[in-house]
Amino acid sequence: MTILLNVNGIPRKVAADPDKPLLWALREDLALLGTKFGCGAGLCGACTVHADGEAVRSCQISIADAAALKITTIEHVASTAAGKRVTDSWLALDVPQCGYCQAGQIMSATALLAHTTAPSDADIDAAMSGNICRCATYVRIRAAIKRAAGGAA
Amino acid sequence: MTATLDRRTLLKASIVAGGSLIFDLAAPFTTANAAGAVPINAFVRIAPDNSVTIGAHYPEIGQGVRTMLPMLIAEEMDLDWSQVRVEPTLADEKRYGQQITGGSESTPLNWIPMRQAGAAARAMLVAAAAARWGVDATSLTTASGTISHAPSGRRLPYAALAEATAKLTPPDAATVPLKKPTDFHIIGTSVMGVDTPAIVAGRPLFGIDTALPGLAYAAIEMCPAFGGSVASASLAAARGLPGVRHVMTLNTGINPDGPADAVAIVADSWWTANKARAALDIRWADAEQRRHSTAGYAKAAAAAMAATPGESLLKNGDAPGALARSARIIEADYHYPFLAHATLEPQNCTALWNGETIEIWAPTQWPEDGRALVAKALGLEPEAIKIHLVRAGGGFGRRLQNDYMMQVAQIARAVPGVPIKLINSRSDDIRHDFYRPAGWHRLKAGIDASGRVMALTDHFITFGRDGKTVRAAEFNPAEFPLQVIGHIDVGQSLLATNVPTGWLRAPTSNAMAFVFQSFLDEVAAAGGRDLPTLMRDLLGKPRELPGSDGLPGFHTGRARGVIDKVCAMAGWPAAPGGKPRGFGFYFSHRGYFAEIVEISVGKDGLVAVEHVWVAADIGSQIINPINARHQVEGAIIDGLGQALAGQAIEIVDGAVIQANFDGYPLPRIDTTPAITLEFLITDFPPTGLGEPSLPPVIPALANAIHAATGKRIRRLPITPAMLT
Repeated sequence: MTILLNVNGIPRKVAADPDKPLLWALREDLALLGTKFGCGAGLCGACTVHADGEAVRSCQISIADAAALKITTIEHVASTAAGKRVTDSWLALDVPQCGYCQAGQIMSATALLAHTTAPSDADIDAAMSGNICRCATYVRIRAAIKRAAGGAA
Repeated sequence: MTATLDRRTLLKASIVAGGSLIFDLAAPFTTANAAGAVPINAFVRIAPDNSVTIGAHYPEIGQGVRTMLPMLIAEEMDLDWSQVRVEPTLADEKRYGQQITGGSESTPLNWIPMRQAGAAARAMLVAAAAARWGVDATSLTTASGTISHAPSGRRLPYAALAEATAKLTPPDAATVPLKKPTDFHIIGTSVMGVDTPAIVAGRPLFGIDTALPGLAYAAIEMCPAFGGSVASASLAAARGLPGVRHVMTLNTGINPDGPADAVAIVADSWWTANKARAALDIRWADAEQRRHSTAGYAKAAAAAMAATPGESLLKNGDAPGALARSARIIEADYHYPFLAHATLEPQNCTALWNGETIEIWAPTQWPEDGRALVAKALGLEPEAIKIHLVRAGGGFGRRLQNDYMMQVAQIARAVPGVPIKLINSRSDDIRHDFYRPAGWHRLKAGIDASGRVMALTDHFITFGRDGKTVRAAEFNPAEFPLQVIGHIDVGQSLLATNVPTGWLRAPTSNAMAFVFQSFLDEVAAAGGRDLPTLMRDLLGKPRELPGSDGLPGFHTGRARGVIDKVCAMAGWPAAPGGKPRGFGFYFSHRGYFAEIVEISVGKDGLVAVEHVWVAADIGSQIINPINARHQVEGAIIDGLGQALAGQAIEIVDGAVIQANFDGYPLPRIDTTPAITLEFLITDFPPTGLGEPSLPPVIPALANAIHAATGKRIRRLPITPAMLT
C-alpha cells in the first residue's frame, strides 16, 4: 500500500504496511537516518520528531496516522527559527558525547522553545524528561536550551 | 594481539595519486607497561591544498577519542586544528597497533606514541625544506602547517614539500624531540568533537545508520534462558509472511561450539523481521538453564557466607590476632546486583558476504576480538575479514563483546551478495547483555581505642565456573584499602551461573568502591571520626605502592591530594545545620578521584542529589578540557543512576525479566545535580577519564544517606522503601 507523507515540507510516497511506525519508514524507506531507534516503546525519546510542530515519538505513530500530519525531522529542524537557535547552541556548547540521543533531544528542545520562549528549569525538566541521554549530557542540554532561549549559557 | 614490525618498515612517506603526501607513521610504545616495543601507527595525509587528514584508529563510543588522538599528532606537527580533517581508519592491528577502547587506556597508551608520530612527520618536512633552501634545519620554524626561514623570509606550506619529503629516509620516531608542554597550542585547549556537526545535523554516522545498496534487515529470536538451545523450530509460518526473505537457525555465541540457540529472520524491513518473530514456533532445550534465578543466587550466597570461604585470596599479617586485640569490631554484609549496559544505540552490525570474503561495519570497542570470532565461526582467515570502525552510540564496556558481529556474519554468509543489518530490539539488548556480575561481601574490621583500623576481613561471594571466576567477577587484591591495612584476610566462594558476564564502565571498581568506601565510613563512624580523616590515617606518608600486571601502583600522596582538595572545595566538614553530605574516594584505571555528594531526603524516602564536588588527579595534562569535563559529568550521573534509578537485572527461570527502560530505568534530566569539578595537575603521565570518576560517587551517596537518615545503605539499588 502506498501512503503519502509530508516530511520536511516535501510530499513523500511510502510503499509499506500502513501499520509500519513512522520511525522505520523514515529510516528504511526515506533514507532519513537522523531519527534514531532506542526503545520502540516511547520510553527513551531517541526517535522524537515534530508532528504539526509538536514533539512526538515516531516509533509510536503508524504511517497511516502520520499521513495527516506535517512531519519535521532532525535533518530539517534548523530551517525553523527555534531549531536554528537550538542547533547553534548545541554546537557552541558541544553538547553530545556519543550523540545517539541528540537528535531526539534537539527535537524536544526545539518544540519547547517554540512554545515557551524563556523556559524555567521546571519547564525544561517537564519537556525533556522523556528523552534519555545514556551518556548523561544533561548539564549541557539544560545550558544549551537556556542559551538558545537567549539567557546565559 | 599486536604484531611486531621491523621499525625500519614503519615510517614512510609517499606521494599518492592527486599529489597528496601520505605519512604512514609509527612510534614505539614507550609507556611503562609495554612488554616490548609495540608499534602504533597513525595515518596522516597532506593534500595539495595543505589540508591535513589524520586517521583516527581507536573505536569512538562517545569518549572523544576520535578527537583526542588526532589532537596529539596535530600538536607535534604544528598544524592549526582548523586545517585538520579526521577520518576513521579500518580495524587493522597489524598496521595501526592496538585498537581497543577499554580500561581508560587510550590516553596512557597513546600520549607519547601519537606525539612521536606527529613530531617525526614534522621533522621530515623540516629536513626537506632545509635541503631545498640549503640551510640548517635548526634555523627553520613551523606553525600552521607552514615552514619558515626567518633570516631570509622564505616560507612554504607543508604541501609544497610533499614530493621532496617522500624521498627522505625517515628518522627513528623515538629519537625525535617532543614539544615542551608550555609550547602546546592544541593540547590543553577545548576542541569540539569532530563528529558534533554531523550529530547535530542528523547526518548518518552510527553503526545502525550504515547504508548500502540492496540492504536487508535481520532480527534474532534467542533462547531466553542463557545457554539453552533450539530443540525444535517450526519456521514455515514466518517464512510465508510478506517481506520475509529468509528464516534460519543460528548460534549466538554463548556456547560457540554448541547447537543452534536462536532463529534469525531476514526481511525487507527491520520492523517486518522483528514482527515476524511472533510467527515462530520454537521449543527450547533449556531445562537445566531454567534452574537459575537471582533469588536462587541470593539464597546460595547466604549459605556460602555462613560457611568457610572456598579459597583464600589474600592474607597479610595476622588478621584473627589483630581482630582479637581490637577495641571494637564492626561487621556488615554488602550486596550489589547484576547490571546491564543499556547503550542507547542497541547492539547492531552490518555485514556483506562476497562469496569468499566478508566486509563488516561494526560499532564495537574491540574489533580484533570480533575478527577472531568471525574467523572461527565462518572458517575464514583473518585477512578475509574487512572491518570498518563506525561510531557507536555508547559503549560502557558492552561493545567489548562482539556477539552481534559473529551473528550477522553467519546470517550474511547464508545470503551472498546481500548486505545484512542485524539490530537488537531493546528487550533483546537488555535480555542478552554481558552483565556486571552481582556480588556479596561479609566484612569485618577491628579498630583500636583511637579509631585506627587494625584489621579487615572479607568473604567475597561471586560467580565462577570450573574453579575460576567468570569474566569481570574477579576480586582485585590491589583494590583500596587492602594494600594499606597491615592485617588482611580475604576469602572467596564461587556460585555457579548461566548468566553471561562482562565489563561495565570501571569494572570491579564500580562495585568494590561502594562496598569498601561505604564500610570504611561505618568503621570511621564507629571510631568517632569521619571518612576523610580515616583515609588520611590509612594513607600515611606519600609513597607509591607496588603495582600489578605492569600497571603503576597506588600512590598514597596523589590520593591524599584529591581528598584534601575536595574537602577544601566543598568545605568539609560542613558547618552545623548544613545539608547532609557523604564522602567517597577511589583509585581505578590509573585515576584518583575524591567526591562529596550533598543530598536531601524526602519523607517519602526519595533521595534528591543536589550537588557533587569532584577532585581529580589524572596527571600532568588535561588534553581536551571540554571533553574531560563531559566524561566526568557523565560518569557521575551514570553512577548515581546505578544507585538511585532502580537498576537491577533479575533472572527468573534462567532468563532476564527486565525488558525496556521502564523496568531498567536510566537517570533523566530532572535528577541531574550541580557538579563542581577541579583537576589537580601533578607530575605524572596523563591517564584516562572514561571510568575512574564513577566508582566513588556511589559510596559518597550512600554515606550521605547515612548522614541524612542514620540508615546504612548496604545493598544496591537504593529504594525509597529502604529509607522510610
